[in-house]
Amino acid sequence: MYAFDYRRPSTLNEADLALKAMPGAKLLAGGQTLIPTLKQRLNRLPGLIDLGAITGLDGISRKDGTLVVGAMATHYAVANSAEVKTAIPQLANLAENIGDPQVRNRGTIGGSLANNDPAADYPAAALALGASFKTNKRSLTAEQFFKGLFETALEENEILTEIHFPVAKRFGYAKFANPASRYALVGVAVAETAGGVRVTVTGAGADGVFRVPAMESALAKSFAANSVSGIAVDTKMLGSDMHAAADYRAHLIGVLAARAVTLAG
Amino acid sequence: MTNPSGIGQSVRRREDFRFITGNGQYTDDINRSGQTYAVFVRSPHAHATIKSLDIADARKAPGVRAVLTGKDLAADKIGGLICGWMIHSKDGSPMKAGGHPALAVDKVRYVGDHVAVVIADTLNQAKDAAELVNVDYDALKATVDVASTQKPGQPQIHPEAPNNTVYQWHLGDKAATDAAFAKAAHVTKIELVNNRLIPNAMEPRAAIGEYDRGSGSYTTHTTSQNPHVARLVMSAFIGIAPENKLRVIAPDVGGGFGSKIFIYAEEVVCTWAAKKVGRPVKWTADRTEAFLSDAHGRDHITTAEAAIDATGKVQAIRVKTIANLGAYLSTFSSSVPTYLYAPLLSGQYDIPAIYCEVDGVYTNTAPVDAYRGAGRPEATFVVERLMEVSARQLKKDPAEFRMHNFIKTFPHQTPVIMAYDIGDYPASMKKALEMADYANFSKRRDASAKQGKLRGIGFSAYIEACGIAPSKAVGSLGAGVGLWESAEVRVNPVGTVEVLTGSHSHGQGHETTFAQLVSHKLGIPIEQVSIVHGDTDKVQMGMGTYGSRSGAVGMSAIFVALDKVIKKATTVAAACMEVPVDQVDFEDGSFSARGTNKKMAFGEVALQAYVAHKFDSSVIEPGLKEGAFYDPKNFTFPSGVHIAEVEIEPDTGLTKVVRWTAVDDFGTLMNPMIVEGQVHGGIAQGIGQAMLEGAVYNDAGQLVTASFMDYCMPRADDLPSFDVGMTTTVCPSNPLGIKGCGEAGAIAAPPALINAITDALGHENIAMPATPQAVWRAAQAMPRKQAAE
Repeated sequence: MYAFDYRRPSTLNEADLALKAMPGAKLLAGGQTLIPTLKQRLNRLPGLIDLGAITGLDGISRKDGTLVVGAMATHYAVANSAEVKTAIPQLANLAENIGDPQVRNRGTIGGSLANNDPAADYPAAALALGASFKTNKRSLTAEQFFKGLFETALEENEILTEIHFPVAKRFGYAKFANPASRYALVGVAVAETAGGVRVTVTGAGADGVFRVPAMESALAKSFAANSVSGIAVDTKMLGSDMHAAADYRAHLIGVLAARAVTLAG
Repeated sequence: MTNPSGIGQSVRRREDFRFITGNGQYTDDINRSGQTYAVFVRSPHAHATIKSLDIADARKAPGVRAVLTGKDLAADKIGGLICGWMIHSKDGSPMKAGGHPALAVDKVRYVGDHVAVVIADTLNQAKDAAELVNVDYDALKATVDVASTQKPGQPQIHPEAPNNTVYQWHLGDKAATDAAFAKAAHVTKIELVNNRLIPNAMEPRAAIGEYDRGSGSYTTHTTSQNPHVARLVMSAFIGIAPENKLRVIAPDVGGGFGSKIFIYAEEVVCTWAAKKVGRPVKWTADRTEAFLSDAHGRDHITTAEAAIDATGKVQAIRVKTIANLGAYLSTFSSSVPTYLYAPLLSGQYDIPAIYCEVDGVYTNTAPVDAYRGAGRPEATFVVERLMEVSARQLKKDPAEFRMHNFIKTFPHQTPVIMAYDIGDYPASMKKALEMADYANFSKRRDASAKQGKLRGIGFSAYIEACGIAPSKAVGSLGAGVGLWESAEVRVNPVGTVEVLTGSHSHGQGHETTFAQLVSHKLGIPIEQVSIVHGDTDKVQMGMGTYGSRSGAVGMSAIFVALDKVIKKATTVAAACMEVPVDQVDFEDGSFSARGTNKKMAFGEVALQAYVAHKFDSSVIEPGLKEGAFYDPKNFTFPSGVHIAEVEIEPDTGLTKVVRWTAVDDFGTLMNPMIVEGQVHGGIAQGIGQAMLEGAVYNDAGQLVTASFMDYCMPRADDLPSFDVGMTTTVCPSNPLGIKGCGEAGAIAAPPALINAITDALGHENIAMPATPQAVWRAAQAMPRKQAAE
């Protein structure tokens, strides 16, 4: 680890000031990706601003048709929240299957979404449900927020504070884990909300999370597992590595989409 | 009276309290006054010449004590790392080994190769300075693939080894084997890959070198499975210091699996550098360094054939293997794919003729050496895949086909060196078939099929050779050392006992099992027994722990020393009780004079031995301490049958191991609980090899699987609950009847699992590791219906 400055602000405003004072500094949420890269000297930062002391960033509540999850809510908190389990049960299940107990107790939903790892689970859910992302400056739609591999629309001095998930009529998420990392080799989320049916894929995209319009229109006609069978995803848009070539990923997308539909009920 | 801590009792592991409460003392837990930190500058290239090496900036960096290179080692006449087993090629020529400097000179040969060491007051200063070492490389083309590295036109790694070929070795009778093939009613031929593995002990390697200016002596704390051998090599071959000026301590060690047998560059450099910088020098590998630079395991490609007669008897086996030895020969690497491999190709079977050729080759990859099983898993994979495929091709039941070919009388001389002393192979097969409910397998297969899943069952009837080995025999095969073991039993004046053993425990539980032997023999409570190991200043020369030898060889040495103690104590007791020695009996911890009511407890006799008041010290020496060097009479031959059952989801390739039956014959069991634990761990590693683990280098020689993100270690949820059973034939080759159990699971498991997966798939075309992607492809390649035709 290279030396860096460390700040632990107690308000969002202080965090904002600290960010402005240290250009290039990074926000520390759960640190489950950032800390290992720092320890291995793969990343060199002027400063780290720990959001852990700011109160009110980790709440989970339901307001009418919206489930509001604070950015600092841990995966454990989401997995065990009565609000989440009632509003969008499969979202709690998704959180329950991230990493291992250590990761779930340190890692946060905001940290995961802001990191936008192409194999993370949350991006699929956020895009499928049409979540909106509240920051200390503005509100972004999921389409606006995700910008390819490890990139988001978040600006240099912007802090993600809440994620607003519309309470879906139906939502399901099916994941096939990379045997080594246990990240999603392929994860497919299916949601039916007031905005319609969405099918999203994580883990497989060469450019991160993406939607599958052909499956969406098929499910809009008939929301059943067999509606998605036989709908192929173009392998050119998929990633390929030692664990899964693009054709295997494409095949898994079909299998998992059907499973996600079944889970969505 | 049953001794609750005697032989055969499942005594709880005495060492675990300190391990699970964080009170272990591992090398990295040890910190010495004035300690400095070493960071190794490693090659980012698989193959390159070093045009220049500029250390000036690093030397000037804050806190830096020294920046040392291969030239400094050479100037101090420090020799290179050695390979201690000479293999001769079939033409009689000695193996062609290139040099192995601890720090590279002029050339690097794999990613992670050691180029320089930076020593600084803090770890971060050493890391910072290491980034300032400026190495100008001229990158060369790398040769990585074991199948093609010998071909003309490939880059040459060492000038000493043309075509990157270290040796072309063979074993067995080629003419008899070819003749059997000429007459065969059926020939089975298979191509196999034994995938390359990375050991990943929980504790990474570490070393602390110290130099005492006053006495002129060195101390090295290191993560070693055999500290005495480390001292021998660092003294006699590398030349750091004579043995009496070098103390090697291997404290608590967190797993080895073979990878900590070897003498590596890091402990050599830290020890040597301690004198140069005048401070203790500490190095602890990070996980990336462990992936890159621990000696890897396996990595064979093999063509194997079986010649079978009309009655279904295997008449001959013919094997051609190319074994990847990596970029340098590690300490025992040459022996693993030769004498630890081909002599096991007879398996449990009565096979009249066997011929095996092995080419050992260099590639631009990390050195490859012994890893749990070391040669024997590779041999078992060959034999048990051949047997399973042969049974399928001949449309015979795989269990019956094996039974038909089993060796049934002992001793049995195989055509490949080994003389099996004892075994009962049908007994373990029959018990395994029952435990696995083989009779009802087809019902379970049908039930799985109804859910769209493919169920398969696979066998592995393995043999291994443990307790390596009679020193004269291994010497004749090229070993540079003898493979006896030593023990010293020191009885204290009040009757407590310290046993100093040349074996080394790095997870095996010796502090429990060895103490059980003492408790059993001397009839004293286990609490009165301490086991001392891992320190060359305390323990006389010993050979360490690997190859499942510490029960059969290490405990036999203790057994012999204990017999000497009892004999001596009996003379003392006789003198004290004033009766002839031959009238004294020793039982349950007390000496009694036959036909009298005279009795002395073991502790009383010990006290009398030390006060020496009641006997003539010109006849009986005072004191009670005896030692032994035990040289085994033969290898031991643990054997057994493992049966794996899998269920495959053809749509994803996800393979679940749903049932595992292991029936092993390990001879006498010192502690059944610890033995079962060894079986569990071994199976987990074997399942890891068969479906999860695999080291992957790309064409440029970069290790793609250099972290747990890509290298898949087995986790608890990858494994079923194991059904473990035992059959017993007592080993006649050592006084305890022990055979050894440490590697059996890792040897037995891979072929059992691949046999089960190929059974489920209906064809043989899948290599290890059988990952979900590989299984999915195999399931696509040939649907069951086709395969059944």
